[in-house]
Amino acid sequence: MEPPQKPAFLMCPPDYYGIEYEINPWMSRRRESIPEVAQRQWHALYETLTGPVGAVVHLLEPVRGLPDMVFTANAGLVWGRAFIGSNFRFAERQLEASHYEAWFASRSYTVVHLPGEHPFEGAGDILALGETLFAGYQFRSDIRSHTAVADLLGLEVLSLQLVDEWFYHLDTCFCPLGPEAVIYYPAAFDAYALKVIEAGVADLIAVSPASARRFACNAIVIGRHVVLNTGCDDLVEELVARGYTVHAVELGEFIKAGGAAKCLTLEVNT
Amino acid sequence: MVSELIEVRGHIIDSLLLPKILDEIIAAGGSFTIQDVQVGERRVDPSYARIEVVASSPEALEAILGRITQHGAKLVHEEDALLEAASMDGVFPEGFYPTTNLRTSVRLGGRWHEVEVSEMDCGIVWDPAAERAAAVPMHRVGRGQLVVVGHRGIRVEQIARSAEVNVFEFMTSEVSSEKPKGVIVREVAAELKRARAAGEKILWVVGPAVVHTGAGEHLVRLVEADYVQVLFAGNALAAHDIEEAFFGTSLGVSLTQGVLTKGGHEHHLRAINRIRRLGGIAQAVDAGVLTRGVMHACIKAGVEVELAGSIRDDGPLPEVITDCLEAQDRMRQAVRGVAVAILIATELHAIATGNILPASVKTICVDINPAAVTKLTDRGTFQAIGLVTDVEPFLRALVASLLDEAPRSSEG
Repeated sequence: MEPPQKPAFLMCPPDYYGIEYEINPWMSRRRESIPEVAQRQWHALYETLTGPVGAVVHLLEPVRGLPDMVFTANAGLVWGRAFIGSNFRFAERQLEASHYEAWFASRSYTVVHLPGEHPFEGAGDILALGETLFAGYQFRSDIRSHTAVADLLGLEVLSLQLVDEWFYHLDTCFCPLGPEAVIYYPAAFDAYALKVIEAGVADLIAVSPASARRFACNAIVIGRHVVLNTGCDDLVEELVARGYTVHAVELGEFIKAGGAAKCLTLEVNT
Repeated sequence: MVSELIEVRGHIIDSLLLPKILDEIIAAGGSFTIQDVQVGERRVDPSYARIEVVASSPEALEAILGRITQHGAKLVHEEDALLEAASMDGVFPEGFYPTTNLRTSVRLGGRWHEVEVSEMDCGIVWDPAAERAAAVPMHRVGRGQLVVVGHRGIRVEQIARSAEVNVFEFMTSEVSSEKPKGVIVREVAAELKRARAAGEKILWVVGPAVVHTGAGEHLVRLVEADYVQVLFAGNALAAHDIEEAFFGTSLGVSLTQGVLTKGGHEHHLRAINRIRRLGGIAQAVDAGVLTRGVMHACIKAGVEVELAGSIRDDGPLPEVITDCLEAQDRMRQAVRGVAVAILIATELHAIATGNILPASVKTICVDINPAAVTKLTDRGTFQAIGLVTDVEPFLRALVASLLDEAPRSSEG
């Protein structure tokens, strides 16, 4: 992977965001999102990234009827100049795929589809630690997609079984912090996955159940900056002690749909 | 036992997926044999394992496969069976899958369907409307019916060996006149009691030697004691049994004195003729003409009797089915629900019956001639246990064990 000159992200404004269906335990149609609050929170995140963090943010045109397009992390997996499009598990999100692919194609990425129809939800379930990919399976991505990604990229993919449906994507319970360290929520994994994590990661930072449910692991890490939801006090304390600059942004409106800072962004190389 | 080959590929060592899959198999009560493992040389190279998964039943296997496929295990034979329409009545397509007498499942439409009726040497016919697979004999297949061809998508369940040690476990079908007959007779008696207690049917396939040797009276006692639900025989058994009832002879030999009686060689013909005049054995019993013997006891007790004819038959008796395909089909119907089959002194009838019995039926073949049992097992009825002995002492001992002993036999 060529290191990007300046960290860049893809985001999608929450113009059509709302709780229109229920495909994870966080979602309840009786707990509507308040559009103005969602807009305010999303823009606070955008400004944090483009302001103090110093990143570039590209915007994807939102589409009416596709409320979860705000969660661009699930668009696919970006690796170098390749984009592996997601095969969304649920029909509710499958129409998003063509919009993401069009965006990457228009920027000269090589757009790739995994062979077969195995569910795969992109950077929501695959996270790189150095040259090793950690990949979650069970709720959204099928383990067969991991093998396909490994074959495609020629990388080692370590599959981790997720066991708590409140943490249905790997990026809700596992967050690489530089090449050696990982923030994670142990209760979200089965015993084999925990052994794999312990064997593969030198420096592990476990978060408390309370912080985990505030999406502490759904953090964006850019160099020495970490952007995450508010209310993750134990993790913030640990990160500050390690010399990180922490930006806590209230993202409660998006937690109603089961996502926070990391879910709202997809790191790209443009 | 039933098994399935699976394979798993990827970073299965570092992801601990291989040990996880093996642990899942054991935790679900199955077992496995690793047939092949190839470990990737570099860290990024995928590894591969091929594993045979074994479970006690198709349901248990499905449960295990359901658990391990979510961890990336893939069925090696994850393919449907191939179907081809029969182009003629009574003719299977070339390359049809010939059945065994073992419980068999066929994969169609991505799902496993148990084949109805475990019968050897049939074809498997698929009814797409009813989504049912059935073993069908060659002469019964109709033009246009879908028949399984090749061996793809077929799963055959081996007979499970129970931990309980009894004659059906430690005896193979190897034939010997040296086996301890007393032990075997007691075990057979216990098996018959168990079957009756469970409401299962017992089938007897009996040759005329039972009458010639004077063992008919033992069989009558077994019929009366409800140890015979189905009887297969030929014209000869019935004819000589009735001859004995009418004239006291079998093939003209007095069963009490053991000598040829005057005009005795005509007795069986006269017996057959008398039954034919009355319209059948049942009518002779109703008319009070036939008052004793095996056939009499069977009719009185409501035993299902199928008499199949042969080209050397005299008469034959009216109940004898002279169309051999019809006889086969009637016998096929009659073996439903049979748990134990006892084949006595009748080589060809024993083989014919063995052909239509599922392997799960406990089968005992009793004959003075070791070749009778060997021929039976050579023709595929591998589950048969052979007992080389004269039939009269066998039946006498069995009756004694079942009916004459003190209730200690209830342990069986």
